[in-house]
Amino acid sequence: MIGFLARRFATIPLVVLGVVTILFIIFKSVPGDEAAFVAGATATQSEIEAVRVQLGLDRPLVEQYARHVSGLVVGDFGYSTTFRGNPLPHIISRLPATLALAAAAIGLTILIGIPAGVVAAAYRNRLPDYLISLSVVGLLAIPNFWLGMLLIAWLSVDLGLLPSFGASGPASLVIPTLALAARLIALVARMTRGVVIEELRKDYVRTARAKGLSKGLALRRHVLRNVMIPTVTVIGLQAGYLLGGSVVVERLCAWPGIGDLLLTAVSVRDYTLVQGIVMIFVVSFLVINIAVEVLYRFVNPRLRYA
Amino acid sequence: MPEAVARRRRRPAGRINLFLWLGATLLAAFAVLAVLGERVAPYDPTTQDLFAMLEGPTAAHLFGTDNVGRDILSRIIVGTRFTLSIALASMFFAGIGGIALGSIAGYFGGVTDRVVTGIIDLLLTVPNIVLAIAIAAAAGSSATGLTIAITASFIPPLARLVRGRVIELREEDFIAAAITVGMGHTRILLRHILPNAATVIIIELSLNAGQAVLIGSALGFLGLGVQPPAPEWGTMLGASREYLTVAPHLVIAPGIAISLLVLAFNAFGDGLRDVFDPASRN
Repeated sequence: MIGFLARRFATIPLVVLGVVTILFIIFKSVPGDEAAFVAGATATQSEIEAVRVQLGLDRPLVEQYARHVSGLVVGDFGYSTTFRGNPLPHIISRLPATLALAAAAIGLTILIGIPAGVVAAAYRNRLPDYLISLSVVGLLAIPNFWLGMLLIAWLSVDLGLLPSFGASGPASLVIPTLALAARLIALVARMTRGVVIEELRKDYVRTARAKGLSKGLALRRHVLRNVMIPTVTVIGLQAGYLLGGSVVVERLCAWPGIGDLLLTAVSVRDYTLVQGIVMIFVVSFLVINIAVEVLYRFVNPRLRYA
Repeated sequence: MPEAVARRRRRPAGRINLFLWLGATLLAAFAVLAVLGERVAPYDPTTQDLFAMLEGPTAAHLFGTDNVGRDILSRIIVGTRFTLSIALASMFFAGIGGIALGSIAGYFGGVTDRVVTGIIDLLLTVPNIVLAIAIAAAAGSSATGLTIAITASFIPPLARLVRGRVIELREEDFIAAAITVGMGHTRILLRHILPNAATVIIIELSLNAGQAVLIGSALGFLGLGVQPPAPEWGTMLGASREYLTVAPHLVIAPGIAISLLVLAFNAFGDGLRDVFDPASRN
């Protein structure tokens, strides 16, 4: 396990280097004078030149790239116009809010998605199954920000139960979590339903039933253990959605995470900050995927010896 | 190879796939609205009527009016064109890009494959909406910028899918036969490999089209897509945010329109998969 973790974590810097290179190329090819932008609209030509020299933008691109990368190694993400300096501490301070949102969404997905899928499978082709399957189709078509807006209109405006935006205690987390988790819940419920239906046909279930176990008990004791594997798969595959979706939901609910910061960075064209945040997203994505692989080994013992 | 056998299995002839027909019908309806647009809309989508601001649904304005008195129904109808053409255009270009990269990597293998796959894997670590936001920021906020952003964020997963299918097909005997009789690489790819990969690609593209609509409207909602006063659905939702407390009806119609279009693409894609590729379901 330790060897496995070491190998997986060792690949992170390589991937980050690759993504940094691609982002460097994209943002260096954006038209416009970076120095003039950093210096501000009222800057004189000599001030712009001073900024250019100060930020090293007068150097050849290869040298700028080398400085950019060597800066990253020691945690210097470059000059962000928003924070007038290295944006890394500001990005890190926003990270817990995003991780809390993602964790809450995963938790809610497990709490609702798995039972819904099991119920649909147990009542296959009967009313509960139709209702759940229909909800799945609906939830997969609804945009998360629209769902969030409807929830705000209903829970905050109409009923006054929850704050409509910001981060004031755990109640603020409810609407963004529901909006973000809806798609995951639908995917996990659909996957669980399929797996349970398949498992119910297997020999071990027939054996359990033959020795006198009720259908419900066979489900709980035997089938449910096998359901965790596809759930982990879905969450792993949807790690990108989870992080990307948080950008939209955070903006809607003014949840102070890095997604909200990314949109601020885009609107003021602070490309240093944009690149820094995208990098943090990439690292989070990779860490989630490693966590998923570790979880796999817990829920699926067969893999431990593979 | 049981999977290959299962893949060839077809539904019994004559059975109608409900999803496929539901999706196709809805898509056809949206296409008609997109083409006719202004000609069937009851009002001009950008004409303001300051005496009828933020009105709820009435007989004159079925979905009500927005903050400057524009008819929401007319804006939804005319907006179909933006959403549908952005989704279709980005799927078209992402299809071309994904097929080109995936088939080159899969067919030639070796160093080419490693380089292309390496870049694809790198891009796959950036969540697609984040990639789209970054590209939209660089490409500018417009229908074109939005199309470029969505296209770019869908090429990596498509290229990976195509590569996998091409590698599978490359091992088949009829390809070996084609090489033996001296056929050129281009011809083998275009005439023998891609037609066999077409089913998987078309199904994936129609399922992705729903995702493209969701991402496109999300970018519009965030102000990075089609700019107002153009009646793009996501942009409309973004503009209605501040009126959520006083006029919640502004939020209903664009959201239903987006959901119906996504539902149409999803149902169409699922139906296609049920009919032509039943083995790959979940």
